[in-house]
Amino acid sequence: MTLLELQRRMAEAVMLPLTRTDTMQQKARNGRSMMAEAAAFIKPNDRLTSFERLEIYNRQYWFRIISAFAEDFPGLGAVVGQAAFEKLTRAYLTDCPSQSFTLRNLGSRLETWLLEHPQYAGKRLELALDVVRLEWAYIESFDNATERALTIADLGQLDGESQLSLQPHLRLLHLLDAVDDFVIDVHRRQASQGVASNAVTSAKHLRSRRLPASLKRGDIYLGVHRYENAVYYKRLEREEYLLLRALDAGSTLGEALDQAFTSSPLPEDQRPARVQAWFANWAELGWFCRHKTAAARRTARKRVN
Amino acid sequence: MPANRFNGFTEYGVGIGLRIPHYQHIFEKKPVVDWFEIISENYMVDGGRPLQVLDQILDQYRVVQHGVSMYFGSAQPLSREHLKRLKTLVRRTNTPWLSDHLCWGSVDGRYTHDLLPIPYTWEAVKVTAKRIRQVQDYLEIPIVVENVSSYAEYHESEMAEWEFLNEVVEAADCGILLDVNNIYVSSQNHSFDPLTYVNSVPSWRVAQIHIAGHSKYRKYILDTHDHPVIDPVWSLYARAIERCGPTATLLEWDDNIPSFDEVHAEALKANRYLKRATVPNLPPGALNKVREHPLETR
Ligand SMILES: [Fe+2]
Repeated sequence: MTLLELQRRMAEAVMLPLTRTDTMQQKARNGRSMMAEAAAFIKPNDRLTSFERLEIYNRQYWFRIISAFAEDFPGLGAVVGQAAFEKLTRAYLTDCPSQSFTLRNLGSRLETWLLEHPQYAGKRLELALDVVRLEWAYIESFDNATERALTIADLGQLDGESQLSLQPHLRLLHLLDAVDDFVIDVHRRQASQGVASNAVTSAKHLRSRRLPASLKRGDIYLGVHRYENAVYYKRLEREEYLLLRALDAGSTLGEALDQAFTSSPLPEDQRPARVQAWFANWAELGWFCRHKTAAARRTARKRVN
Repeated sequence: MPANRFNGFTEYGVGIGLRIPHYQHIFEKKPVVDWFEIISENYMVDGGRPLQVLDQILDQYRVVQHGVSMYFGSAQPLSREHLKRLKTLVRRTNTPWLSDHLCWGSVDGRYTHDLLPIPYTWEAVKVTAKRIRQVQDYLEIPIVVENVSSYAEYHESEMAEWEFLNEVVEAADCGILLDVNNIYVSSQNHSFDPLTYVNSVPSWRVAQIHIAGHSKYRKYILDTHDHPVIDPVWSLYARAIERCGPTATLLEWDDNIPSFDEVHAEALKANRYLKRATVPNLPPGALNKVREHPLETR
C-alpha cells in the first residue's frame, strides 16, 4: 500500500459518520465490514482491537467538528431545536467535509446545503436560512480584511460613471424575519473559548438558546460590518440596501441609483438628501474602498478557503 | 539545546500557550512571561480582532509560532495559498523558529483537523522530509517538527517511531520539538519504554520541548491537554534536559483552562530542571552541520 492509498483509506474511515450512540459503524460506505477494514491496516494491541483503535480517531474527528460547528451556529441550534440540530450537523458535515486548513470555514457551504436539504430545518426553513446567513456573515465580518477606506473627500469626487468596492468585512443581507436581535443575544451569551489546538476534543454538550415566542416577520435589510474590531448589525433602508448591493455587483453609481429607486415610494425630491446622508454615514463607517474588478474580488475571496 | 540553529540561536526559557481566556489577565496585569506560543492558524486571517490582539501581545512579549495544519506527512503537494498566509504571519511575528507536527491530516482536499499518525515507512520518510524542506525554503526560517501522541499503529510501518523521527529530521535537516507528554502517551498506548525514545533523539536538533497533561482511560490514554503534568512526564523531561541542556520549554493547556497564574505556575516547575542543567558536549560540527542532498542518498 502506498502512503497515499493508506491515507485515503484511513481518511475514509475516520470521516465515516458515527452511529447514534457515537460509536464507529460496523459497515463502511461500500458495505464492507469495518472490522475487516480496520484490521487491514491497523495493528491490534493487547488491549484494543484494530476496530477499537481506529474508532478513537473516528470519534475524535466527529467530536471536534461537531463542537466547532455548534460554536459557529448557536442561533441555528435555537431555531431548529437540539435534536434536529444534531441531525442537521451530522448530515451537513457528512455531505460537506472541511476543505480548508481552518475550522473557521466549516460553515461556508451551509446556506446552499440547507436550501438543497430543507427537511433538516423542519417547519422553519425561512427562519433557519435567515439565521444561517446572519451567523455566516458574522464569521466573515469578524476577520475578513479591512482595506484603506475612502474618505468623504474621496467620495466627493464621484460621478455617475464611478464604480466603488465595499470593504471585504461588510456583508449585505436581506432577511425575512427580524432575527438580528435574537442572534446578537445568543452570540453575546456564548462563551468565547474557541481556540484551535492540537488537543483532543471531548463530546461537549451543546447548549441551545430558546427562540422568542414570536418574531416579527417582514423585510429586514442589514449591513453586517466591523467597526473598531467589533462586529455590528446595522439596519438599512430598502433603497440603501439596493444601492449598496448594486455597487457591490459592479454597477456604476448612476446605474446603482436607478436600481435602488425603481419602485421606491420615496418622493423624488427627497432622494438627493437621503443619498447624501447615506454616503456621509458610509464614509464615517469606512465602508467603501477603491474599486476592484470582479475577478480581483473573486481571487481575494478565494484566499479564505 | 540552549541556543542552536534550529531555534534561531535563542534562549527562550519557559513559556505558555497564548489562549483566549487569559487575554484579559495578560492585558490588565502584564505578567512577566518568557514567551508565548501561538497557534498560527488562529491568526492566519486577513483582519479583525485576532490580529489586533496579536499585535498587542507582540508589543510586549516574545512569540513563537506553532502550527496544527501543515501536515508534513500528507502524501499530496503542499498548498501554496496556505504557505503564503503563513509567511505573512511569520513576517508579522518575527518568530525565530516555526513548529508543526510530524503527522498527516488531509487528503484529496478534505481536512480531518486531526493529527493523524504517519506510517513509519521509507516512502513516508522521503515524502515528509521533502515537504519539510519545501516549507523551510519558502518561509526562510528554521522548521521544527513535533512528535505527536498516537492511538493506533499501522501494519505498514517498517521502523519504530523514534527511528522514523530521526530519519526524517536527518533527511530534512530540521529541528525537533520534543513533546515528552506525547512520548509518554504513545509509550502507554503502544507499550514501549519512553526512555528509549528520549535517549535516541539527536539532542543537538532539539529546539524546544513541550510538556502537558493528559487523560487516562481504562485501555488507552488521550492527549487532552487539560491536566497538570504528571510525575512520569516530568521524569522524561528531566532526562531530555539532561541530554539536551536547558531548552526552551512550553506548557500546553487547551481545555478546562485554569487561571493564568495556575497555568504559568505549572509551567515554571520546569525551572527545577532547567536551573541545574548544564550545556552538554555536542558532537563535532553539530551546530553547523549541513548534509548535502540527503534525499538523494536513499
Ligand atoms: Fe505538543
